Amino acid sequence: MIDIIGKRYWLFLISGIAILLSIVFLVVFGLKPGLEFSSGSSMTISFSQKVDPAALKEELANLGYGNSIVQTTGEGDFLIRTVALTDEARKQLEENLSAKFGPITEKSLETIEPVIAKQTSRTTTIAVIIAAIGILLYMVWAFRRLPKALFFGTSAIIALLHDVLITAGIFSLLGALFGWEINLMFITGILAIIGYSINNTVVVFDRIRENMRKGISSSFEVVTNYSVVEIMSRCLNTSITTLITILALLLFVGGAIQNFVWVLLIGVIVGTFDSICIAPSLLVVFEQGEWGRFLHPARA
Amino acid sequence: MAKRNTLILMILLALFAFCLWVLLPIEGERFGRQGIHLGLDLKGGLHMVYKADMSQVEKGQETSVIEGVIAVIQNRINPLGVTEPVIERLGADQIVVELPGASITDVEKGRIGRTALLEFGELAQEGETAKWTDALGKWKPATAVIDGQEKELTSSYFKTNTSVTRDSMGGILLVFEWDEEGSKLSEAITTRLVDKPLGIFDGEEPLKGDDGRPIAPIVRSVIVTSGQIEGLSLHEATALSKQLNAGRLPVPLELVYEQNVSPVAGANFVSMSLKAGLIGIILVMLFMIAYYRIPGALASLALIFYGALVMAIFKLIPVTLTLAGIGGFVVSIGMAVDANVLIFERMKEELRGGRTLGAAIEAGFSRAWTAIRDSNLTTFIACIVLIIIGGQIASGAPVRGFGLTLFIGVAVSMFTAIMVTRALLRLFVGTGLANRTSLFTPYVGGKK
Repeated sequence: MIDIIGKRYWLFLISGIAILLSIVFLVVFGLKPGLEFSSGSSMTISFSQKVDPAALKEELANLGYGNSIVQTTGEGDFLIRTVALTDEARKQLEENLSAKFGPITEKSLETIEPVIAKQTSRTTTIAVIIAAIGILLYMVWAFRRLPKALFFGTSAIIALLHDVLITAGIFSLLGALFGWEINLMFITGILAIIGYSINNTVVVFDRIRENMRKGISSSFEVVTNYSVVEIMSRCLNTSITTLITILALLLFVGGAIQNFVWVLLIGVIVGTFDSICIAPSLLVVFEQGEWGRFLHPARA
Repeated sequence: MAKRNTLILMILLALFAFCLWVLLPIEGERFGRQGIHLGLDLKGGLHMVYKADMSQVEKGQETSVIEGVIAVIQNRINPLGVTEPVIERLGADQIVVELPGASITDVEKGRIGRTALLEFGELAQEGETAKWTDALGKWKPATAVIDGQEKELTSSYFKTNTSVTRDSMGGILLVFEWDEEGSKLSEAITTRLVDKPLGIFDGEEPLKGDDGRPIAPIVRSVIVTSGQIEGLSLHEATALSKQLNAGRLPVPLELVYEQNVSPVAGANFVSMSLKAGLIGIILVMLFMIAYYRIPGALASLALIFYGALVMAIFKLIPVTLTLAGIGGFVVSIGMAVDANVLIFERMKEELRGGRTLGAAIEAGFSRAWTAIRDSNLTTFIACIVLIIIGGQIASGAPVRGFGLTLFIGVAVSMFTAIMVTRALLRLFVGTGLANRTSLFTPYVGGKK
């Protein structure tokens, strides 16, 4: 039988490095709030003739929209982000641009006024807090039959924070590379990942609970490792089928939900690793009171 | 046992046939539902949210005022000929306007969000300049000179909200009351207009009744402080009173959210996400068959059942599918087999432990159940949060859509993965195949 839990300090090291890097990414690159949280106008336009992005950006600056972001999309369209525009201002802008670069087709337009952005941020914050409370209550309930519910709950929560932190960290790196922003779908992806990750962790813990009752071994570490190995193919298989569908979405749809699909992709991978390797290892550390070893590595 | 299983299979088969009947043809009508509803991001169209400035509205009146503004906007949108427009209240002071598949001019858009103020008009004489023209003729504003100034009669002169009541014969009455200046105006105007119609206009458009004809009550007698309008249907009277009330106080509307998607871009997404869904489902099936053999193949059948059932539910509720919603559905395909994976892994262990196929199936299903239930609960919690916040945010449609489709997907998957797969697996119990356990599990009999 493979010994996973026995290598827990190596697993913690991998995790620790990932967390450290994520924190560095988050501090250095940060997470840029998108349109929905920061307000503004975003339009996708295409020109009938070829237009140089730099020239377009320069023209926007000339027109007084110096802070605009110009991106090219796969289909050769331009995505322009400006401050929130009124209908008149947008019409004026389009007229000016078409005077310079030729006829314009507006493919999509989204405008969010600051008042809505503020409201969205507030509602989202409240929702995330409510979700966190709901999940905590759920965990109290899910682990109610366990003798040491506190250990199980704490391990699951640490594992969860680990998933969210690493997913956000990798996203902030990708965001810096590709100009991605935090939008509502990002939050949605994170919530979905939280649900998925807890789901996995609960299944693993459920098996540990069952094997503890069976009395497979007097050593908690052995029981845990036995359970993890038993349940591993399930965790991997479910993750593989989920990843298949996520990859299908990424390859064929992308576009508007690209950020969201990436969050799911990263989150499912990190969440699976965590449910098999980190959450049960934490449990063993708690159960066997090994915290001291972190302080005195020599005895480990 | 076998008999009961046959019965279950028959019921499931009937359910599957029912789903196909509901779904096909996609555009066909079943139970009054036609086609799969697509969101604005897929169909293209205009999605706007207006914020009403309620600073001049008395406490307690907010709901009726917002309803009135909605009725006014409805009246402005009807002539645009948009199919299935959505105009509804969002939160305390916002109004959502969704115009699917519509491309409207900036002028028309500007008209939708104008402050509601209704003007009254009288038929213009030959040679007079007309402000409005409708099926009933040419109209000019109804004016009168008060204290040496010519003033137009508008809805801002109503003293209180108009209301709908019935007379002793049960006829519908719309009762209204003018304020001081309004009474003077009304007296002067109605004196002139006895037995003539009084038109009601919102900007350039006349207010219209159920039959699409302009509403223009005939003045029966001089109206001073209060009067009533007869001869309207209940629906017309209610709508008209809401519209008049909305125009009583200035409630300026500010466009705070706008999303405009061209139908071409939307159609592209539909075909791409269809492709993603199909390829996703086929690859998941191949994986399940390769890994779990016969149970995997049965789980794949259950997955087809799953797809049909979910789509049928989408059509019947109906769920409006957004791009994110389809994403939720596609991801739920991957998650849907989770219950099956849990069960099959259990079966594998039971078979390895030397049980017969029949016993392994029953043990696999009953022991995996707590894990399936517990683990899906978290997804449900997350989905409910998403559905609730999505419904409260102006740009929240995708969030809501994803939460809803994932919720339905996971709930249905619990049903199909357990009921369908178990019924199918039980078919094999007692047959010759049942003894060849290698068909039912990966690497049985290998090293333990």
